[in-house]
Amino acid sequence: MAAISREEVAHLARLSRLAVTEEELGTFAGQLDVILQAVAQVGEVAAADIPPTSHSVPLTNVLREDVVTPCLTPEEALSGAPDAEEQRFRVPRILDEDVAS
Amino acid sequence: MTDVTAMTATQIAGLVATGAASAVEVTQAHLDRIAAVDGRINAFLHVDTEGALAAARDIDARRAAGEELGPLAGVPVAVKDVLTTKGVPTTVGSKILEGWHPPYDSTIVERLRAAGTVMLGKTNMDEFAMGSSTEYSAYGPSRNPWDTDRIPGGSGGGSAAALAAYEAPLAIGSDTGGSIRQPGAVTGTVGAKPTYGGTSRYGLVAFSSSLDTPGPCARTVLDAALLHAAIGGHDPRDSTSIPAPVPDVVAAAKLGATGDLSGVRLGIVTEFGGEGAEPGVTAAFNEAVATLTKLGAEIVEVSCPHFRYALPAYYLIAPSECSSNLARFDGVRFGLRVGDDGNRSLEEVMSLTREVGFGPEVKRRIMLGTYALSSGYYDAYYGQAQKVRTLITRDFTAAFERVDALISPTTPFVAFPLGARTSDPYQMYLADLFTIPTNLYGGPGISVPCGLSDGLPVGLQVMAPTLADDRMYRVAAALESAVGTFTPPAL
Repeated sequence: MAAISREEVAHLARLSRLAVTEEELGTFAGQLDVILQAVAQVGEVAAADIPPTSHSVPLTNVLREDVVTPCLTPEEALSGAPDAEEQRFRVPRILDEDVAS
Repeated sequence: MTDVTAMTATQIAGLVATGAASAVEVTQAHLDRIAAVDGRINAFLHVDTEGALAAARDIDARRAAGEELGPLAGVPVAVKDVLTTKGVPTTVGSKILEGWHPPYDSTIVERLRAAGTVMLGKTNMDEFAMGSSTEYSAYGPSRNPWDTDRIPGGSGGGSAAALAAYEAPLAIGSDTGGSIRQPGAVTGTVGAKPTYGGTSRYGLVAFSSSLDTPGPCARTVLDAALLHAAIGGHDPRDSTSIPAPVPDVVAAAKLGATGDLSGVRLGIVTEFGGEGAEPGVTAAFNEAVATLTKLGAEIVEVSCPHFRYALPAYYLIAPSECSSNLARFDGVRFGLRVGDDGNRSLEEVMSLTREVGFGPEVKRRIMLGTYALSSGYYDAYYGQAQKVRTLITRDFTAAFERVDALISPTTPFVAFPLGARTSDPYQMYLADLFTIPTNLYGGPGISVPCGLSDGLPVGLQVMAPTLADDRMYRVAAALESAVGTFTPPAL
């Protein structure tokens, strides 16, 4: 049985903000199915009592000294932006007009 | 003067230090070599001719003024396009960052400059460092100087190919699952993944933050060690940077070069045997093991029972972190924006931008990670993979109670023909079968050329305990002293 359906891949693409094409959906569904069946092998390991490792470095709450250091100017920070206005990143509308009004 | 492009970084630094060659001459020779051969190799995405010559002139002026310069001053270096370079294009091999000129330098690039090295340009890579062949680069694959119909490894295939094609004596890579070591192995060059946290990730475009490790690539073990020493060490701008000194990897490489490994215990992992590697790789590896024995090393077989789950665990952990990290590429703050016609909503513009800007492997991994992190699947996939990561770490810890370092083939197979593994993504993933466990554990690993199989290079991997990077350099240098270096046919 397939581990993942075409509908589930379409849902994942929406969650991932990827406007995938119909053709891609079919390709990705087949490929992700193969990959998911392979990685599901981790389920064979008896690990109920094993603590998870998120990170190999045993450091927590690393803070820097509370001193002012140089940083980017607004012009530098905005230098790669596709669109900018009044020292801000300019974005397309976020809400539908009838909702916003 | 003999051809400086054929020299090691150590030799070039010696020429510049004594004034036998200027940094400008050395740099120009490498720029000429790039102009002559890179059309066939495609190692570079961007050659910074003016920046390189300006940096070289600066080194020459400082030397003329009597300034004390570092051991790599005047040596050219190629930098993987995953590291930000102020004012110099940084694409990460992706269309989504095409034309981006970062406003800041990564720590690694800052340190390269402080060491007096001369950056030649930025090297090709699989998009966002996801791949084992550079075929997932949005700018076309790099080619292996040993056989230009074959892959140079990946993701850092551009850096490795630049070394093997004598376009640069030093290069920087980044290793998340093998992206420094596997390209080193298939191009007959040296690639070292430092201990995680031993080299700064500040300015390294993130793929999988708990695994990504920048590191040195070179044609000799000593050169790699010198580069490692120049870029390594604590960086307060990276909260995962380890506040400890870099082990003396240069001294270790010099010690190893004496060819004496008496008293050193090396482990061979039982679970890496069997059907893992192709016969030619296994034969070259076995021959190298015999050589290491002759050098005085004691060989012990050790069992690491959870290593067989490393590949599946990695392909849950890395995509999960990738799906989160790559959310920042949304067409707002930098890079590409598609479909902003005044009618589409922000969400529609984001989705179109990411659809057009990302290639298929990046999309697969984002969706795979999104799946593994979904409620309902989290415990069975991401959570379980993190537990397996703990067990793999315990396997390493137990092994290092018995041996000083572990050895294995770096990759299961030699450089494969372009196109051979792109139709089945999982076949590509298998290239990192032997390198991934080290990333999950966080320790250091190095690939050093150990022989040829049907005329193509085979690498031997040395894996050492966390923060014992010096050990792997000693073993690698000893092997190199016995088997020599490997030169591809003239291009």
